[in-house]
Amino acid sequence: MNPAINVGAAPVATPWFFYGLAAAAVISGLLVITRRNAVHSALALIVTLLSVAGLYLMLYAPFVAGVQIIVYAGGIMVLFLFVIMLVNIERVSKERQFNRIWPIGLLASCALLALFLSAFKKGKSLFPDRIIPLPEATNTQGIAAMLYGEAGKMGQYTFTFEIASLLLLVAILGAVIMTKKKI
Amino acid sequence: MIDSFLSYLGSTVPPANAGNQLWVLIYVLIIFAAVSLTVMWLINWVERKALAHFQVRLGPMRVGPHGLLQPFADALKLMLKEDIIPDQADKAVFWFAPVIGLLAAFTVYIVIPFGPSQAVSDMNIGILFMLGVSSLGVLGIVTAGWASNSHYPLMGALRSSAQMVSYEVAMGLAVVSAILMTSLNPSGTGTLSMIGIVEAQQQQGIWFLFKFFPLGLIAFVIFAIAMVAETNRAPFDLPEAESELTAGFHTEYSGLRWSLFMLAEYAAMMAVSSIAVTMWLGGWLRPFPNLMHGPTWDFIFSLFPGLSFVAFAAFAFIGTVRMPKHSYFKIQTVGLGIFGLVLAFIALILLVISIGGYVAQAHATTGPSPTGLLKALATFNEGIGYVYWFLLKVTIFMYLFIWYRATWPRYRFDQLMKIGWKVMLPVSLGALIATAIVGVIVK
Repeated sequence: MNPAINVGAAPVATPWFFYGLAAAAVISGLLVITRRNAVHSALALIVTLLSVAGLYLMLYAPFVAGVQIIVYAGGIMVLFLFVIMLVNIERVSKERQFNRIWPIGLLASCALLALFLSAFKKGKSLFPDRIIPLPEATNTQGIAAMLYGEAGKMGQYTFTFEIASLLLLVAILGAVIMTKKKI
Repeated sequence: MIDSFLSYLGSTVPPANAGNQLWVLIYVLIIFAAVSLTVMWLINWVERKALAHFQVRLGPMRVGPHGLLQPFADALKLMLKEDIIPDQADKAVFWFAPVIGLLAAFTVYIVIPFGPSQAVSDMNIGILFMLGVSSLGVLGIVTAGWASNSHYPLMGALRSSAQMVSYEVAMGLAVVSAILMTSLNPSGTGTLSMIGIVEAQQQQGIWFLFKFFPLGLIAFVIFAIAMVAETNRAPFDLPEAESELTAGFHTEYSGLRWSLFMLAEYAAMMAVSSIAVTMWLGGWLRPFPNLMHGPTWDFIFSLFPGLSFVAFAAFAFIGTVRMPKHSYFKIQTVGLGIFGLVLAFIALILLVISIGGYVAQAHATTGPSPTGLLKALATFNEGIGYVYWFLLKVTIFMYLFIWYRATWPRYRFDQLMKIGWKVMLPVSLGALIATAIVGVIVK
């Protein structure tokens, strides 16, 4: 861990926290794809999302961690569970788990593994040699300044951010129209 | 260890921010013990007595004077009860569900600011963290309902998840409009930190409840309604509607595991009340800190904690005198008298501390700043004041929860959804936009 960012209070986040969180994320991620019961998979996915939120905290990105918990663990996963509980679990658990396109999946995961390995091999040269100075105390304000800009000026990502929100709005309207035949 | 214990004393930041893990542990243990005891004993007793009096009954009267020890008898009963797990239940999930609810309810307490330094941690994302973690509580209910493998619990769980996801939206928007108000600080930037939000109200000299009247009030009312729905309390207690679903999501639970659900529910009620107090009612600030300041006013307001205990002690003594004069009631009478004496003793200590704080302040204005005992008394006096005003405001909310339960009939589920999406969401969105416009104009 870079000692330069551990100024001020004594750091609680040691490398062991990273190992613990990463192990929790990987193990529960494996459980997600191996459990036959869909509810168990969903619960394991919640653990994965929470561990990733912990990893964000370790990377000094508290805002992203908070949003991860609210949106994914608290919102989306509850809807997942809501839908899964309406499915007949007993019938689903007897169905074949692996479908015919598994070679494509294998190919994709091999490609991803190759990407990870090459990133690991190149190592340091891929990443900036210094952590971007967004101290924890003003992290949220820093994100806001990037997204919305300082007073009177447009931010670095204002336009792209608004485009993304428009995309979401279209998706919401589409969902409403699809479920309601008559409006 | 003693070094790290002593080094934090007199610090002005929460222990997690000072990097003192020992004091973090102490604070966490104090909060856990205090919340558990308050929920198990005080709130349980007050709720049963208050509901009984609303319905012109006496409520618990047998175990202890005025049923004061009834909650302990109940807790013992629940612990000794057989713990039944249905045969067809998903055992692991069934076992873990109450723990999820409890974890979510208690984790939020680490950012609740009982005072400027009386919190476990002052997180930069405090309010986001609180909303996020308290929204995880629904997972406990949903998994409990599903794992029971029974129809009523499943219906309760489905209702609960739909209800909580709907009301979370209005709740979040109401909170955002209060956060917008923090950006009117002299420093010019808003904050998500719970301590920062209270300090913003202090700097702006107004509780956000009254800011931009009636915009702050509207946001507060939206939050106050949504938080009742979020905690599944009457009149929004459809997940456990006993006339339709037996007991809803916890129908199959018994004994200790059932009591964990109750503990989680009440802990969550206190947590959301603390959010409301922090965002709109000035958190730990006493009434009129800017208007009535100076040593005399400080002294008068610092007497309040002691005086409330004097009032409690007086109630206990009146009860002692009014006990029936029969030998059956002898033990109860003596017990209530001793309880009154304990309360009076606490009152005496608190009054001595507040007088000591006044003397220390008088010393500080005339001569060198006081040391030793006087300084300690002054520090205690301040801390007790903060915690007292915070808890007093939370207590009012807890009483409101009980009052609602006794007063209003339950909503139908379609009415509940209609209110959530068609009334609360547009109103809170409107209040948010209006707050933003007024804020820009004022700035």
